[in-house]
Amino acid sequence: MAELTIAGVDKSYGHGEQRKQVLEQIDLTLGDNEFVSLVGASGCGKSTLLTLVAGLQTFDGGDILVDGKPIDGPGLDRGVVFQSYTLLPWKSVRANVEFALLAAGNDSASARRIADEHLALVGLSQVANAWPNQLSGGMKQRVAIARALSYKPRILLMDEPFGALDAMTRHQMQLLLTRVWESHRLTVLFVTHDVEEAVYLSDRIVALGANPGHVKAIFDVDLPRPRDETIMESAAFTALKRHVLDTIREDMPALPAF
Amino acid sequence: MPQSSTSSPRRGTSSPWFSLQQPLSRRRFWGVAIAVFAALLVLWWVATACGLVPKIFMPTPLAVIERLAAMVANGTLLSDIGVSLLRIALAFLASTMMAVAIGVLAGTYGIWRAVIEPLVDFVRYMPVVAFVPLTILWVGTDEFQKLLVIWIGTFFQQVLMIMDAARRVPQDYIGLGRTLGMSNLAIVRRIVLPGALPDIWDATRICLGWAWTWLVLAELVAANSGMGYRIVVSQRYFQTDTIIGYILVLGLLGLLTDQIMRLVERRLFRYRQGA
Repeated sequence: MAELTIAGVDKSYGHGEQRKQVLEQIDLTLGDNEFVSLVGASGCGKSTLLTLVAGLQTFDGGDILVDGKPIDGPGLDRGVVFQSYTLLPWKSVRANVEFALLAAGNDSASARRIADEHLALVGLSQVANAWPNQLSGGMKQRVAIARALSYKPRILLMDEPFGALDAMTRHQMQLLLTRVWESHRLTVLFVTHDVEEAVYLSDRIVALGANPGHVKAIFDVDLPRPRDETIMESAAFTALKRHVLDTIREDMPALPAF
Repeated sequence: MPQSSTSSPRRGTSSPWFSLQQPLSRRRFWGVAIAVFAALLVLWWVATACGLVPKIFMPTPLAVIERLAAMVANGTLLSDIGVSLLRIALAFLASTMMAVAIGVLAGTYGIWRAVIEPLVDFVRYMPVVAFVPLTILWVGTDEFQKLLVIWIGTFFQQVLMIMDAARRVPQDYIGLGRTLGMSNLAIVRRIVLPGALPDIWDATRICLGWAWTWLVLAELVAANSGMGYRIVVSQRYFQTDTIIGYILVLGLLGLLTDQIMRLVERRLFRYRQGA
C-alpha cells in the first residue's frame, strides 16, 4: 500500500570532538508491499536507521518519505514492533491492542472487535484477558505484532523483533510472520542480525557496512512464495545465505589465529 | 573416591542461623518474630516488677495498659489520635499531590529535571528540625504551622523518589506512545503515570512512615492538642506511663497504615503477579 524512500540520510550523535557519524548517505527505496531486511555487523547503525524511519529520532540531512511525503516525527502510517515487546503490563492482552486502536481514533466498540480479530490472526484469542506478565516471550511478541497491524499502518517497522527469543520460538515466529504477511500484504522494513531469518522472510536484503553505516550491498531474494520451512534446505537458499554472510563478515574484526 | 564426610551440607539439618538463602517457612518466620516481642515484654515486666528500674522512670507494662485504658475511657486518647490523624492526612495529601505532579514532570522532561532535582537534593539535606522555629516565625503557631512542618519533612523526599519512579518507566513505552501519534500530555497521563504507579505507591508508603515522625515533632513544639502535645504535657507531670503508652500507640498506628498501604498495593497491582 505504500512506498518508503530514504534519500541521502545522514545521522550523527554527540557534539564537537565527541561527534560520531553513524549513518552516511543512506539511499534506499522500499516498493509497495515489499519486505526488506536490514542486516549488518553490530554497530552498523541498522537499528538507528529504523528509529529514524519511525520518526523517533531526528536526522542531520537527507529525506525520509512515505508515498512521496516527507515524514514529520512518528505517525500512525508507520507501525513499530520493538525488540522489547513493549506491552503495557497494567493492561490485559486485549486492552493492549485496544490501546493502540483507541489512540488511532477508533470508538471502543470497533476497537474491541478489531482487537479480537487481530488476536485471532496471531492465534492468541484464548489469552485475551491475561496479563502480559503471564505470557511467554513469543506470545508477548505476537501480541505486539497484532497491535502494530491492528490500526492498519501503511508500513511496518520491526526492530530485531525475535532477537530475544530462543531458537525454537524464533523459528515459529518466522513462520507466523511469513503467513501473516503473505495474506495481509504491506510494506515491511525488518532489522535483524540473523541472516537466515532475513533470507527466509525478505524480498530484498540490504547489508549495511560500518563506520559510518552505509549501504554496502543489496541482494534480491528470488525464492518462490508462499514459502515454508523446506525452502531453508534448498541450494538457492543456502547459497544466498552464504553470500550475505560473507559480505557482512568483511566488516567484522578478524578472530585471533589459534 | 569422594568421601561422604560430615562437612557436606545436608538438607533439613543445617542451622538456619548460619545458612544463606535458605527459605524460612511462613510459620517459622512469624513464630520467631512473635517470640522476640514476647521476650522484650517479659524483660520489661521483670525489670520493672522486681524494682530493678524505679517505677517513676519506667512503669510496668500493666501500669501503661491501665493508663491507656483510662485515657480511652475519658476520651482523651481518641481525641488526641483524631487531631493527629487529621493533621497527618491533610499534610500528607498535599505533599503527595504536589510530589506526584512535580515528580512526574521532572522524571519525564529533562529541562524540568534540571530545574527541580539539584534544588530538591540540596533542600532535603537541610534538617527539618531546624525549620521548626522558622515556621513559627513565618506563619505563627496555628494549625497551618503543623501542616507545614510535616510537608517540609515529606515533600522533598517524596518528590525525588517519584521522579525516579517516572524515570524508570521504560523508554520504549514512551516510544510506543509516540509511534501511536499520542500527544505528550496523553503519554504522560496514559503511559508514564500508570507505568510509574507501583513505584510511586511504594515511595508514598515509605514517606508516610516518615511523616509520623514529623507529625510528633510538630506537636512537641508550640502545640495545644494532638499526640505529641500529650507527650510534652506528660513530661511536666512525670507521667512516664502516658509517654510510653503514646509512643507504643504511635508505633502501632504507623504499622497499621503501612499494612493498609501494602494491602491496597496487592489489590491494585495484581497484574504484577508472576512477573
